[in-house]
Amino acid sequence: MNLTLHVWRQKSRDTNGSFATYQASGISPDASFLEMLDVVNEELIAKGEEPIHFEHDCREGICGSCGMMINGTAHGPMGGTATCQLHMRHFNDGDEVWVEPWRARAFPVIKDLIVDRSPLDKIIQAGGFISVNTGSAVEANTLPIPKPVQERAMDAAECIQCGACVAQCPNGAAQLFTAAKISHLGLLPQGQPERYERVLKMVEVMEEHFGSCTLFRECEAVCPKEISTEFITRMNKDYLTAQVKR
Amino acid sequence: MQLESKIPPGPIDKKWEYAKSHYKLVNPANKRKYDIIVVGAGLAGASAAASLGELGYNVKCFVYHDSPRRAHSIAAQGGINAAKNYRNDGDSVYRLFYDTIKGGDYRSREGNVHRLAELSVNIIDQAVAQGVPFAREYGGALENRSFGGVQVSRTFFARGQTGQQLLLGAFQALERQIALGTVKQFNRHEMLDLVVVDGQAKGIITRDLITGRIEAHAADAVVLGTGGYVNVFYLSTNAKASNATAIWRAHKRGAAMANPCYTQIHPTCIPQSGDFQSKLTLMSESLRNDGRIWVPKQQGDKRPPQQIPESERDYYLERKYPSFGNLAPRDIASRAAKEACDEGKGIGASGRGVYLDFADAIKRLGRPVIEERYGNLFEMYHDITAEDPYEAPMRIYPAPHYSMGGLWVDYNLMSNVPGLYVIGEANFSDHGANRLGASALMQGLADGYFVLPVTIGDYLAGQLGKKVALDRPEFTNAIADVKDRVGKLLSAKGTRSVDSYHKELGSIMWEYCGMARSADGLKKALGMIRDLRQQYWRDVRVTGEGEEPNQSLEKAGRVADFFELAELMCIDALHREESAGGHFRVEYQTPDGEAQRNDDEFLYVGAWEYKGEGNEPVLHKEMLVYEEVKLATRSYK
Ligand SMILES: Cc1cc2nc3c(=O)[nH]c(=O)nc-3n(C[C@H](O)[C@H](O)[C@H](O)COP(=O)(O)OP(=O)(O)OC[C@H]3O[C@@H](n4cnc5c(N)ncnc54)[C@H](O)[C@@H]3O)c2cc1C
Ligand code: FES
Repeated sequence: MNLTLHVWRQKSRDTNGSFATYQASGISPDASFLEMLDVVNEELIAKGEEPIHFEHDCREGICGSCGMMINGTAHGPMGGTATCQLHMRHFNDGDEVWVEPWRARAFPVIKDLIVDRSPLDKIIQAGGFISVNTGSAVEANTLPIPKPVQERAMDAAECIQCGACVAQCPNGAAQLFTAAKISHLGLLPQGQPERYERVLKMVEVMEEHFGSCTLFRECEAVCPKEISTEFITRMNKDYLTAQVKR
Repeated sequence: MQLESKIPPGPIDKKWEYAKSHYKLVNPANKRKYDIIVVGAGLAGASAAASLGELGYNVKCFVYHDSPRRAHSIAAQGGINAAKNYRNDGDSVYRLFYDTIKGGDYRSREGNVHRLAELSVNIIDQAVAQGVPFAREYGGALENRSFGGVQVSRTFFARGQTGQQLLLGAFQALERQIALGTVKQFNRHEMLDLVVVDGQAKGIITRDLITGRIEAHAADAVVLGTGGYVNVFYLSTNAKASNATAIWRAHKRGAAMANPCYTQIHPTCIPQSGDFQSKLTLMSESLRNDGRIWVPKQQGDKRPPQQIPESERDYYLERKYPSFGNLAPRDIASRAAKEACDEGKGIGASGRGVYLDFADAIKRLGRPVIEERYGNLFEMYHDITAEDPYEAPMRIYPAPHYSMGGLWVDYNLMSNVPGLYVIGEANFSDHGANRLGASALMQGLADGYFVLPVTIGDYLAGQLGKKVALDRPEFTNAIADVKDRVGKLLSAKGTRSVDSYHKELGSIMWEYCGMARSADGLKKALGMIRDLRQQYWRDVRVTGEGEEPNQSLEKAGRVADFFELAELMCIDALHREESAGGHFRVEYQTPDGEAQRNDDEFLYVGAWEYKGEGNEPVLHKEMLVYEEVKLATRSYK
């Protein structure tokens, strides 16, 4: 199949970017979106031009490296998929496709489709862990965890930190990301001792870097792991409880 | 070059205890005076960096990713082994040790492997304490599944995302140390050289992948947890950026490279579908718990699978290996698939594929159970192939997956270069000639959480006050070398892209140094690789500049190193005139086509010393001593 691409090109953080138009020709419907870009890049290199820079690594939808706005939607039209798992069979021959980097105040563009997502790590540093040093753990089966609780924690823990939630949010908020980590740890018995301190610290850093949530719920719609906004409600409850406790 | 394995004395189950009680210790108040560089934050690197930080060392951690959590470990699906014996099915530390030695076709060190089995249980405890949401039974206890090459259920898992969840545990521990200031994290920094001063590893050279700046970093010890090298095949199950540069640079600075020809071809991956293909996707081995592998009995049978009656199907693993069946180890299952396809029974358009069929399991257990066990894998398969594995069997084919070879290390995980430690897939240590499923995660975490943080103190205790300054010639020369290489790649201004060369190298390796190897083929490959490498340096086209983010340049350096590694892999494969595990030399097989070892001549670790450009590498042998396990022909029948 053949497509016309309009791709955001930006040389560096400090320069202005603009769209460039390329033809992607002879693309197999079985190729992934990134493999389609590989083909375009090979042609650019053959012409002596710089390839389109984009982040990617696992190409299995799990590392969270990839991500771009495809026709205005984070990770493209499919929903529940990372860009690397989006296949060209979901496009039509002759389609025109607009490809942009994540657009969010907290994620400045580094080059072309690559953005700086480091503020997400800062939220984890604020408290997205259970403070247990190596060697001090108790025997694993000492603490039974009801299966539904573990399953629910796992639903939240599946987040791949790609940043699509932030990119899609009109406010550039990171609530879904933060809530997922707070819920993963806060649902489990091991996470209880730090539960309320954790939510206060993580939310504080989140608010430092990101916009505020007004419950558009667009994050949930584009999340490759389909993480539910119910976790945001849960986080807000924990946050209120924590404030009362303080 | 001296290769001393440093296996502690005493009975097998007391060796680690003995070693721990005899290592020199670093005074807690002195720990912050030591700088340790950790390169890599996969399971091995992240667990090491976090644990070293907790101990109070001053750690600098480098990764080329934008966050430590992106390491390739995140993609591990199936699970992690531990000898907990929660199923009451006769498992024990000894059995895990024995299975791993046997699975590795008797080419690993007993001492190391026993320690690994002992530590396996601590890993699960640690991970659970960190909040890793492993699968549970209804009663709340941890659940297990089976993996290949063993007859007990000892694999712990978190849906199909075990690697992700374990890495997040280690990553979160690391982020905690970063916040506490014990670890300084350098994301988007690629190590491009190792600095050796007076024979000791004292630092690294990195390139900042945003600014392009080449910098030197000094430390009292350097730890490499930089992962495996099977991307030398271009198409593999590894993440796209996984590469050998860190270990290869260290090799060129004196670290011996052990058993480079031992690579694992995983039996269950989605077959290649076209030239555009950029990687191959693994379908976890756990699927072989319930899936049955078959091909049509008749050559060239192109009927859709559902129309082929039971009597015309060959469930070849069940037929050939009745006691292990579909759970035969990976090397054996891969070769059997290749054999079936070579006989013309392969399925799919290319004829390079076999079926992995869940129809019986769905009938027996019902779709919901299968969905719960493998839902995300089935979905991934469906996304990629547009076929529904609930309706039709999966099509699978072997693909390069794991490197058992790597930098040589002693029992303490130190290479032959004092002060250089190597952990995780980057070292050669525990898996012999074939790794069993669910044991790489175990090894990476054992190395990083429990072994390295203890053994490194033994070395550091003697290094107080021996810091080196960055203005020493060893650093300035290494910086100049790196800049020179980068400059050469940028200025070749040739005609072909880096990827086109990488693909060509990969297909040579797959053809001649893949699932079946022969002396003739390997010699031919050596010639082809050398020619292609020369052409590469003359003719590669790297666009852009050095002082900016430049993905072509990043790849170009990695592929340049793959060329040299590929050559050594072929040399190693050629010299090893036997078949063992993943290394199958067609000249050495039993009458029924199984790998034929030669213990009289090859019961050793082959460690290669680099002798400079244009010179043949020199082989050093570390003889393997089996005191505990009797050498036997591996049988899974
Ligand atoms: C698809 C897949 C599924 C798997 N499933 C399982 C499983 O179920 N069970 C199991 O036991 N094993 C599994 N494995 C194997 C296992 O995942 C790996 O062997 C293991 O995770 C490797 O961990 P590591 O820490 O050694 O390296 P990696 O996770 O590869 O980490 C390498 C790190 O080094 C950094 N790095 C590398 N080079 C440089 C450099 N030059 N400069 C700076 N940083 C550098 C990277 O940024 C990264 O942080 C699987 C492997 C694959 C490919
Ligand atoms: S490349 Fe890893 S999630 Fe897409």
